[in-house]
Amino acid sequence: MARLSVREAISAALREEMYRDERVFIMGEEIGKWGGTYAVTRGFLDEFGEKRVRDTPIAEGVIVGAGVGAAIAGLRPVAELMTINFAFLALDQIVNHAAKLHYMFNGNIRVPMVIRTVGGGGRQLGATHSQTPDVVFAHFPGLKVVAPGTPADAKGLLKSAIRDDDPVFFIEHATLYQVKGEVPDDEDYLVPIGVSDVKREGQDVTIVSYSKMLQVSLEAADKLAGEGISAEIVDLRTLRPLDVKPIIESVKKTNRLVVVEEGWRSFGIGAEVSSRVTELAFDYLDAPVRRVAQAEVPLPYNRRLEQMALPQADDIIAAVKDVMYLR
Amino acid sequence: MARALTEKSAELYAEGKIGGFLHLYIGEEAIAVGSCKALGDDDHLLTAYRDHGWAIARGLDAGAVMAELLGKATGVSGGKGGSMHLASAERNYWGGHAIVGGHLPLATGVGLAVRYEEKPDAVLCVLGEGTTNIGYFHESMNLAAIWKLPVVFLVENNQYGMGTEVGRASALTNIYEKGCAYGIENRQYNGQDVIETYEVMSEALAYARQEGPVLLEAITYRYVGHSMGDPERYRTKAEIELWRERDPLCRVEDKMTGEGAATFDEFTRLQQEVAAEVDAITKFAEESPEPEDAALWEHIYVNPIGER
Ligand SMILES: Cc1ncc(C[n+]2csc(CCOP(=O)(O)OP(=O)(O)O)c2C)c(N)n1
Repeated sequence: MARLSVREAISAALREEMYRDERVFIMGEEIGKWGGTYAVTRGFLDEFGEKRVRDTPIAEGVIVGAGVGAAIAGLRPVAELMTINFAFLALDQIVNHAAKLHYMFNGNIRVPMVIRTVGGGGRQLGATHSQTPDVVFAHFPGLKVVAPGTPADAKGLLKSAIRDDDPVFFIEHATLYQVKGEVPDDEDYLVPIGVSDVKREGQDVTIVSYSKMLQVSLEAADKLAGEGISAEIVDLRTLRPLDVKPIIESVKKTNRLVVVEEGWRSFGIGAEVSSRVTELAFDYLDAPVRRVAQAEVPLPYNRRLEQMALPQADDIIAAVKDVMYLR
Repeated sequence: MARALTEKSAELYAEGKIGGFLHLYIGEEAIAVGSCKALGDDDHLLTAYRDHGWAIARGLDAGAVMAELLGKATGVSGGKGGSMHLASAERNYWGGHAIVGGHLPLATGVGLAVRYEEKPDAVLCVLGEGTTNIGYFHESMNLAAIWKLPVVFLVENNQYGMGTEVGRASALTNIYEKGCAYGIENRQYNGQDVIETYEVMSEALAYARQEGPVLLEAITYRYVGHSMGDPERYRTKAEIELWRERDPLCRVEDKMTGEGAATFDEFTRLQQEVAAEVDAITKFAEESPEPEDAALWEHIYVNPIGER
């Protein structure tokens, strides 16, 4: 075990996989000489050289598309999109190509690639640079969508993603890179894709969350514990395929559910999770499911307004009290 | 063969046996035939949706191509791809693609893999002239040029993108000149001539292997609508007739008989053989089974993870 930040954990995963498999290479804007805009790939160019650490032009379509092509031809590319907001320029490659080719060509073509990108608000970057549109990508069969919330999961899931034979869309969070935690050193430490994880056990209420909002939910749960409320936290970790089993088991125990996501509520993670719970465990619910999400506005630059719009621990606490009829 | 199969497919479409979109290649066949003759077995091919001729020329089983058009389990993509999505991993034919321009980045990436693994192969990427106006064209040409990737981008300039003639959609009407913007070798040639195609393509592939990308523009024409059901309000019968006189099949027949390399009888016999073969593959395709219901759920992922 080592104590690593999310940034170090992701770096370590990339480095280990590049040493393990010659076919793994990284490409994207400013990942080489600059060292990555979030410093994840700092030093990689010196360590691995220009062949395997490829600075690209500002051309999101061909960054993802060339990754798909290289994957088809047998390599294992990790294509980086500087932020998830720019992924919209590559949406066609992600949705119409990466996610479709294996099925459309009846298994004759494989696309073993990872698209790494960074989302999330809270850094006063204004509306175009602060989005959490994770659900957009989770909509499409054929893509796997992963969004870790701890250093250990970040490392283990990225390693699994690189070893996976399917295209994986890997979403990091801009304000999680500094978060530290224990991370296994084992070079074959893998966290399986498609498995949700109970991050905190509790009796009174289930909180479902992931990525940055996992950390905020853990903070809320600490405060709730001080008030004698025991919250269980389920971390989704993978958005597609969604693993609902731990959620259902938890709800059967607590009978109350709050879903927390950083993106907008409409057509979101909360909508999906609560609908699955309604289908599978309706009789166990003692209160309507509550969703905590971003205010339905383009995220503003002003710090106070931005924080008003983003979900906070207090919003989660209020929602928990609602489903417990304590307000 | 490409023409006979395509003409048959138009009949089957009219009979309602082929669904969806069907883009015919009639008039443009010399390009696929000449180019594929120049391609080596280990070279790679990616095309757009007008792909029947390319699939045949690349050596895909004609019966499996016809079966795909009919959506049958024996089709090259198991009936799940359709006319626009023919492919064969064995023949390094990485697909027919139906999003205009979407395959250009893919071809660039295949070129990257070839260079990465230090292989001697080249990649042929086929597109229409209308596709040179989309952003992907610029992104792919530029990346292929700075990384010196072994990709030949072949523009089949059939004068129209659906109903829009070249000059109404492209600021440059000499499409090959667009290569200059990226410092890419470029050339225009007569796509109705199968031998010229072979020669130009051989040279381009050799250059790509050694140096880097090439942009070729084959001047050609499609005799029929963009896809089945095109009312063709955008051009005249006279124009079509003019191009029919430059038919690539007649051209090669005239040339070879003129030079004494073949006789008219031999050509007639060849046509009869092809007709018989098309009858046989059509029968095979029509009698082939539908995909099983279970096929609906197959190949979404290589490693499926059951939702729990
Ligand atoms: C991104 C996208 N936009 C529009 C279309 C619809 N469309 C299909 S073919 C086509 C014309 C393309 O013309 P060209 O590149 O010249 O190829 P041609 O059909 O002449 O071979 C259009 C607009 C599409 N399939 N994809």
